[in-house]
Amino acid sequence: MGLLEIKNLHANVNGNEILHGINLKVNIGEVHAIMGPNGSGKSTLAGVLAGREIYTVTEGQVLYQGKDLLRMNPEERAREGLFLAFQYPLEIPGVNNSYFLKAALNAIRKHKGLEELDAMDFLALLKQKTKLVEMNESFLNRPVNEGFSGGEKKRNEIFHMAVLEPKLSILDETDSGLDIDALKSVSEGVNKLRSKENATIIVTHYQRLLNYIIPDFVHVLVDGVIVKSGKKDLAVKLEELGYDWVREETEHAA
Amino acid sequence: MQTIDKNIQWYQSRFKAFELSLNGEKSKPTHAIRRDAVRCLSEIGFPTTRLEEWRFTNVSPITRIKFQPVLHYELNGIKRDDIQKYLIDNAIHAVFINGMFSSELSDIDMLPNGVAVGSLAEALKNTPEDVYPYISRLVKGGENAFTALNTAFLWDGGFLSVPKDTVIGRPIQFIFIASDSKQEYAAQPRNLIITGANSRCEVTETYIGLAQNTYFTNAVSEIVIGENSYLEHNKLQMENENAFHIGTTRILMSAAAHYISNAISFGGSLVRNDIAVVMNAEGSECTLNGLTLSTGKQVIDNHTTVDHVKPHCNSQELYKAILNGKSKGVFNGKIFVRKDAQKTDAKQTNKTLLLSDNATMNTKPQLEIFADDVKCTHGAAIGQLNDEQVFYLRSRGINLAAARDILTFAFAGDVINRITIEPLRRQVEKMIHARLDIGHAGLKEEEIFI
Repeated sequence: MGLLEIKNLHANVNGNEILHGINLKVNIGEVHAIMGPNGSGKSTLAGVLAGREIYTVTEGQVLYQGKDLLRMNPEERAREGLFLAFQYPLEIPGVNNSYFLKAALNAIRKHKGLEELDAMDFLALLKQKTKLVEMNESFLNRPVNEGFSGGEKKRNEIFHMAVLEPKLSILDETDSGLDIDALKSVSEGVNKLRSKENATIIVTHYQRLLNYIIPDFVHVLVDGVIVKSGKKDLAVKLEELGYDWVREETEHAA
Repeated sequence: MQTIDKNIQWYQSRFKAFELSLNGEKSKPTHAIRRDAVRCLSEIGFPTTRLEEWRFTNVSPITRIKFQPVLHYELNGIKRDDIQKYLIDNAIHAVFINGMFSSELSDIDMLPNGVAVGSLAEALKNTPEDVYPYISRLVKGGENAFTALNTAFLWDGGFLSVPKDTVIGRPIQFIFIASDSKQEYAAQPRNLIITGANSRCEVTETYIGLAQNTYFTNAVSEIVIGENSYLEHNKLQMENENAFHIGTTRILMSAAAHYISNAISFGGSLVRNDIAVVMNAEGSECTLNGLTLSTGKQVIDNHTTVDHVKPHCNSQELYKAILNGKSKGVFNGKIFVRKDAQKTDAKQTNKTLLLSDNATMNTKPQLEIFADDVKCTHGAAIGQLNDEQVFYLRSRGINLAAARDILTFAFAGDVINRITIEPLRRQVEKMIHARLDIGHAGLKEEEIFI
């Protein structure tokens, strides 16, 4: 049984169907990249998986650890180990980054039947995780993402991921807006978190992130369906030939 | 109109009875002030919503009840334990029951030399020379019916006099307790705060209803701030849900004085806070902060006025409201910049968070500028919780109710964080906490704030 099984998923926003039947299986320990041009439905897929309410699923099924994911609310999904790194992380003025994480982590731990961490243990954990993702400790006591640069926000997302230790992480356009140095170090953070115990879905427009985070599988999403799947070299080919190449190829096939 | 007239007659008859009980007091200058006020009350009558100043706040729930003005102190069986949780740790506590000073419950010893804290009635008796130059100067009886009513029955309230060059190391707290009673009464404290040059102090007015009875607090505070001195003035209004509260505060600032007001309103069924600052000398600075948290059918009205009379004064104002249920908020912020007041820097912000579809807010900035070299800005925003932010919190495992509460709490945070007296700030945080049920969401308050 896979960690995540998406079967014939159809979803719309305000009546406009964006996903026209997605099929995807992710096993534990795997990294999948979902690539596609703008407007292909990448972020919709990420949003549907995380439980964003603006999307309506009209058909299909998503099983996560054998359970019906679509029936869970967003916080239940998070507590079950699903994590979305946002394309545009929200600024939450007035809410301290580390306290926010403590509330989140303890909610997850409570759900798992684990004891809640006290302030001292939690602080120690935070410090260890800041090192892992190379984040400056000063970001711990600032309001969540407020006044952070684009790169700092993305790094903070990976930091959240490091602290919450999800089973399945979905990175939505994590590379967008990052300069090359930030891209490198954020990718290193993700690589350090990668293990046989978890899985990652990387949603991206460009191949460059995949130079640093090597995926096991690459899927190409065009107009709301996965038109092609392959290994790492598919991403390289896409970068060379562009998405038109896949479009043409699928049209020929049809 | 007839019911209003009847109630004016009621207060006139109560005034006559009050006057009869005064004996020798009648010859003192304060009594001339009272008589003038009762005459004004008859002339102006209670305001109606036809008056612009009262357009959104209908006071007929107050004016249709015959409140018995409280004329004497009674302990009413209240014990220190009943009020303990409202006391600010390490503060100088002056306690008032239904507007009258309670020496039993107060704790005003160990004051720095020359500082007077306590009862206005006592001060009028013992050191009238300290009171007469100031009393009823900033709040004239005739300003409106409520100030007239307060002035007509002027007797007791909080008194604070700080001599020049004095720093009071501990915060001062005036605690106004409304006791339980079958009789509907009007508690009308008259507060007077005078600070000398180069002084510094923090004063908090706390208003609490101990039971669920209907009563009316009609408070007036007059504050005169000395040259180059600092005053932080907090008002925490926690009347019960059946109570009415009208609070009028007037502040006169001297040169280079610094005034900070934090007005927090939680309680009451109908509440009006009216605060006006006159920046009457150069180089002064004032900050007005306000936070309203209302639910049910509460009506909470905040009227503020900052009057820039002289050049080189700064004022900044941040009023926030969190409205739930069918409650109603009003904000009216006036800024006057007089012809002489060049180089004024004035800023006003009003933000409202509506937690329910049935809550309403009326906000009105009102700037009148007669000088030409000034900087004045104002802004008002009314909104709801941001769905994307709620989703962001939920996507990290925090449940919906807690996510909403955390964001609501954060909205209030920048006002609360301006209260420098830590025990008071904690108290306010706890109150909001209790109101929002964050405890139920499994979070501790200290885990939320910056």
